[in-house]
Amino acid sequence: MIELTNITKSYEMGSGTFQALKGITLTIEEGDFVAIMGPSGSGKSTLMHIIGALDIPTSGTYILDGEAVEDLSEDELADIRNRKIGFVFQAFNLLPRMSILKNVALPLAYANDPDRLEKATAVLQRVGLGDKLQNKSNEISGGQVQRVAVARALITNPRLLLADEPTGNLDSKTGDEIMHFFSELHNQGHTIVMVTHEPEIAAHAKRVLTLRDGLIHSDVRQKPHHVTYS
Amino acid sequence: MDNKETLMTAFEALLGNKLRTSLAILGIVIGIGAVVALITLGQGATASVQNSISNLGANLLTVSPGAASQGGGIRGANGSGTTLTLEDAQAIQTSATITAVKAVSAEASRNYQITYKKENTNARVTGSLSSYITIYNDTLASGTFFTDKDVTSIAKKAVLGATVATDLFGTANAVGQIIQINHIPFKVVGVLASKGGTGFFSEDDIILAPLATVQKLLVGSSNVQSISVEATSADMMTTATSQITNLLLSRHHIADPAKADFSIRSQADILGAATSATGALTGLLSGIAAISLLVGGIGIMNIMLVTITERTREIGIRKAIGAKKKDILTQFLFESIVLTLTGGVLGILLGFALSYFGGKLLTIPFTVTFFAPFIAFSVSSGIGIIFGYYPARKAATMQPIQALRYE
Repeated sequence: MIELTNITKSYEMGSGTFQALKGITLTIEEGDFVAIMGPSGSGKSTLMHIIGALDIPTSGTYILDGEAVEDLSEDELADIRNRKIGFVFQAFNLLPRMSILKNVALPLAYANDPDRLEKATAVLQRVGLGDKLQNKSNEISGGQVQRVAVARALITNPRLLLADEPTGNLDSKTGDEIMHFFSELHNQGHTIVMVTHEPEIAAHAKRVLTLRDGLIHSDVRQKPHHVTYS
Repeated sequence: MDNKETLMTAFEALLGNKLRTSLAILGIVIGIGAVVALITLGQGATASVQNSISNLGANLLTVSPGAASQGGGIRGANGSGTTLTLEDAQAIQTSATITAVKAVSAEASRNYQITYKKENTNARVTGSLSSYITIYNDTLASGTFFTDKDVTSIAKKAVLGATVATDLFGTANAVGQIIQINHIPFKVVGVLASKGGTGFFSEDDIILAPLATVQKLLVGSSNVQSISVEATSADMMTTATSQITNLLLSRHHIADPAKADFSIRSQADILGAATSATGALTGLLSGIAAISLLVGGIGIMNIMLVTITERTREIGIRKAIGAKKKDILTQFLFESIVLTLTGGVLGILLGFALSYFGGKLLTIPFTVTFFAPFIAFSVSSGIGIIFGYYPARKAATMQPIQALRYE
């Protein structure tokens, strides 16, 4: 479903060119659960942005769900993000002024879906927040906020769920809860790509990619570990 | 995203920061308020001037002593010349060459202190012929007007303007009473109905008396300060003017019309001059008010730029989940338009309030026109678009990753 071929990305810095990705070739199948690991500066965030269509590569080709993404315009990228990708950010990134319901419905507002509020209600019920629809994000707990963020990512029924350090701002118990939730989503057939630097979090994935200096250092398939709750 | 949703987003954002929103629109409120107030007051003043001038009488021509235009030399006040006489007026009335004139009056006037028992007032006493009342469109509230016989017999009779009658007699009947003009007793024979002129243009602050009486007993000179002529119709004004000019030139033995020792003005001339004077003043003041509107617009732009910097992250989030450039552009453009339109509506209300109370203070009639609010409405939304466009475009062209990473 994701086909990256020889992807490079370089940035103009003050003193020259910085190459964040030096040639990544990668295929991710539908229904997979991939964790991308690596130290700071290894290029994992840049790779994530390119997979998420937030950025375009300097060279190489990227085919997402049959569509070539590498040289689309900004608005076309926005459309791809809207229809095919659901983002879950480390910092949650909900809009604080809006109710949870409207936050979750927002991607569908950009898709001009008239049934967006009904769909948002359904998704929030699915993540167990059916009773918090009219609350603002500062009125619920951190774990609940991240579940709202997941609900927002799921509402467009995207082909790909992309999570950037989804547990980074949560305590370990709440983090485990969220990871359990991700595992459930994976079992339901969602394709998940997740960036993390914590091995315990990566342990939930089926496949772990490690990046180093802009190249894939290792690519390991593993039996996902499921946390049991007391 | 559809416009309704975008509009709701704009309202939510503006209501989320009420103090800033109110301060941002204050400049627009004041600017629009000033423009609306000045235009409304200016229109009221123009209407008032036009009304009082046209109340003076239809088809009226005024012959004044002194040249209409001449270069150099020292000129006295208009009407202070001594070249017109009662005979000129009579000639205009009777000459066979004059066909376009219906009625003629000659006037001499000066301000005097008027007393009745303990009451006193100051008013312009105008000596005229009996035709004055028809030429100037006056009607009597009570009593009668003096006759031509009263003029030749130097009768000490007076007709009071509405304001003078109220000042001296209150609500009591003035007809038949004796008033003192400059210590000379005059019998009140009639009171004029109010003409409703306002402020400086009041036509009610006047006393009319027979011309010869005023000339002999008050002014002490046989000159007339003006000759009022009523043309037979509006179409005949030009004909009447040239007939009178020719007659007076030959009576005064002047060969060159450029050296005429009198001038003839029509109501249209006076009306035009007065209208263009008030118009110019209104335009000037509205121009100054428009500058404050410009400053208000720059204030809006400033606030929008601050807002966009503060909400960089929000822009990043919206872009990440699928907002296109156009969505972000319209979102912030709607915010600035909602700001300025709210300011515009409040400004229109402020402007009407100002012109209502200002009009009371200046005795200018308050007239609600749709011109001023219409202008204010389009100007304020225009300001929203013009001064909101640059910040909104700046927001729309932000790179999603940079915006998301913004702390």
